[in-house]
Amino acid sequence: MAPIEQRIYARWLDIGTRVGLAMLVVGFAVYVFGVLDPHVPREELARLWTLPVDHYVATAGAPTGWDWLRHLGKGDYLNFLGISVFASITIVCYARIVPTLLVEGDRLQLGLVVTQILVLLASASGLFF
Amino acid sequence: MEWWLWPIALFAITFAMGIVAVLAGVGGGVLFVPLVGAFFPFHLDFVRATGLLIAMTSALSAAPSLLGSGLASLRLAMPLALVGSVTSIAGALVGLALPTGAVQVALGCTILGIALLMWRGGRSAHPEVPRPDALGVALRLHGVYHDPALGRDVSWQVHRTPASLFVFAGIGLLAGMFGLGAGWANVPAFNLLMGVPLKLSVGTSGMLLSVVDTSAAWVYIHRGAVFPMLVVPSLIGVMLGAKLGARLLRASPTAVVRRIVLAVLVIAGGRALLKGFGI
Repeated sequence: MAPIEQRIYARWLDIGTRVGLAMLVVGFAVYVFGVLDPHVPREELARLWTLPVDHYVATAGAPTGWDWLRHLGKGDYLNFLGISVFASITIVCYARIVPTLLVEGDRLQLGLVVTQILVLLASASGLFF
Repeated sequence: MEWWLWPIALFAITFAMGIVAVLAGVGGGVLFVPLVGAFFPFHLDFVRATGLLIAMTSALSAAPSLLGSGLASLRLAMPLALVGSVTSIAGALVGLALPTGAVQVALGCTILGIALLMWRGGRSAHPEVPRPDALGVALRLHGVYHDPALGRDVSWQVHRTPASLFVFAGIGLLAGMFGLGAGWANVPAFNLLMGVPLKLSVGTSGMLLSVVDTSAAWVYIHRGAVFPMLVVPSLIGVMLGAKLGARLLRASPTAVVRRIVLAVLVIAGGRALLKGFGI
């Protein structure tokens, strides 16, 4: 049988991926069917997606960093909720096994997990942006 | 061509990629970036971001059952994922900073290298590890998993852990730079270098990929390189295709499919090189 921390990680990951997928599908339906107006007009996409990302951001006024949170009322940026759930699940799963490793007294694994969480948080925070 | 035809074409090709990726035993990401980068109008920045998100979500979706059944090892993945995630962030930053032409050339060379690795690379179901190394022992990189096909428990241990850390650092760099996923390199590194049984190598590769790609994905998200109109149809296409591919697996000539994938990689790699040189 898989170790306890691995089973806990798997269980939380399973829940997270289901939530992320549901949010992604709903968000995309809202976008495609025009329930909410997009920030970037759909007719403009064919011109904009040929540009390097920096030119695209400047031309379309697209948000960078965490600024997309201010555009959640727009159909296209609503999709970022599902995407960010997928990109955050790993941090949550690692954080969830910390108490288990503490109880087990597995200091080496605990150190690896905590360092990994810090690396992921640094990337998610936009530190390298 | 009307703009809305591109996402539909993207869905169709990623659906086919999902099938082929399962039949050929490669990740969808390794096909997505070279093919879409070569034959679709999207800038490489968006293609790499989408490729990375495809590889990440596919790996995240597959990991729970693999981890739960013991066919992936969290303990084995952790130290290598940590090294790989640091270098994948560096790779993403370098990739976004370099001129597109230089990235295209590097991508073309990498894709051709992957094709060569797939062509020449051997696999070993149960490699022999005569003596585990000290670092592997300290990190407790050993265990037992149940192989349903064999109907018995298989014990495993690793060697060459220090060298593997360097190899996985390199793999992470490439994954972040090109958005390729990294199953094509993780599996041989686990299996042939560290001596991990093939099934555990494949399962743990997915787990490791989910962590490494997550680290780099945030860089692309923060830069604004994510187009939902490209990402979501591609994700759904790959996932649905992979489900169909898994059903077709028993009846399909996987050796033939693998050769087709090799040919596709060579063509796409060559095309990326030509684009990089402005030809």
